[in-house]
Amino acid sequence: MKFAVVVNEGPYTHQASDSAYHFTRAALEAGHEVMRVFFYHDGVNNGTRLTTPPRDDRHIVDRWSELADQYELDLVLCVAAAQRRGIVDAGEQKRNRKDTNNIAPGFRISGLGQLIEAGIQSDRLIAFGD
Amino acid sequence: MLHTVNKSPFEKNSLETCLRLSKSGSKILLIEDGVYGALKNGEMASAVNQCRKDREIYALGPDLRARGIEYDELIQGIAVVDYPGFVQLAAESSGVQSWM
Amino acid sequence: MNENASRSGAMTKKILYINRRAPHGSGYAQEGLDVALIGAAFEQDVAMAFIDDGVFQLKKGQDTQEIGSRNFSATYRALGDYDVHRVYVERESMTRRGLDEDDLMSLVYADEEDDWQEKPLIRIVGAKEMRDIIDDHAVIFNF
Repeated sequence: MKFAVVVNEGPYTHQASDSAYHFTRAALEAGHEVMRVFFYHDGVNNGTRLTTPPRDDRHIVDRWSELADQYELDLVLCVAAAQRRGIVDAGEQKRNRKDTNNIAPGFRISGLGQLIEAGIQSDRLIAFGD
Repeated sequence: MLHTVNKSPFEKNSLETCLRLSKSGSKILLIEDGVYGALKNGEMASAVNQCRKDREIYALGPDLRARGIEYDELIQGIAVVDYPGFVQLAAESSGVQSWM
Repeated sequence: MNENASRSGAMTKKILYINRRAPHGSGYAQEGLDVALIGAAFEQDVAMAFIDDGVFQLKKGQDTQEIGSRNFSATYRALGDYDVHRVYVERESMTRRGLDEDDLMSLVYADEEDDWQEKPLIRIVGAKEMRDIIDDHAVIFNF
């Protein structure tokens, strides 16, 4: 089965990112394919490398980066939502003349078309949000 | 079709809408705060129980345990699954509708 | 069946966008509309459903000037041009909120299979029909 996962909320305020992560991990461990994890609305906040959660709590951003690395997961942040919320990669930094970028490893910024494409190409699309 | 509901029915109408708009034969999985909809002593118990006549209701184990909900507090007949079971329900369905 | 061969021969899927939130109090309605518009480029079989507070998105006469946010409500009028030819609004959601058909914007689309005649886009449906509509779509986006 080919899954696509959508994450609509940022880390810590809502359980969405946690639930999405556990679902994605379970799907991969069961041998399914997760073709993309698409982050929309405040979900793009899962893609900043600048978080410093307390040491005794889970590191939501790093956890996604590590899962992406382990399984070659495609983690996509919606460009429009990322621009609104200040999640920036090197390309966006240059394009929009920002003084820095903050995207976390394993994530990339791309258009909403990637979400539609994920819906079309996957067998099952599942969303986590508020 | 697999329907997931992640909000408490005491906070939001997502479970109520799911029960109204899920077709006979659907499977409904309560996750996150949605597991509060499975409490046998809660106000939603009767509505959820009614719906068990033509739909299957599940609750996600890790979310129940996180909230201190014991199995004997659940509406009878609700099956508990963990994340691998969640994945399997999604894989076996015709599609997934995530009520948030 | 959820998949059909499109006129061009490529596989198309039935995609449903479900909108359940009121506009302006949160960004979900506007960002949801963005997805529907971008989706037009993919030539799929697309429908939108407005349920619960989502029905408020279609209320006519919205003026956001004093709250200072963008008035995207006019964009719903473009849905017909963006290949969204099925817009379902749940009757019970409207009734509970004291709305009737006259309160909604008048949305139209040009039916290419009927000499490009302009037809109303909104169909108000009951719960039973909405259940069937939801069950009939393999790909559902929720906003």
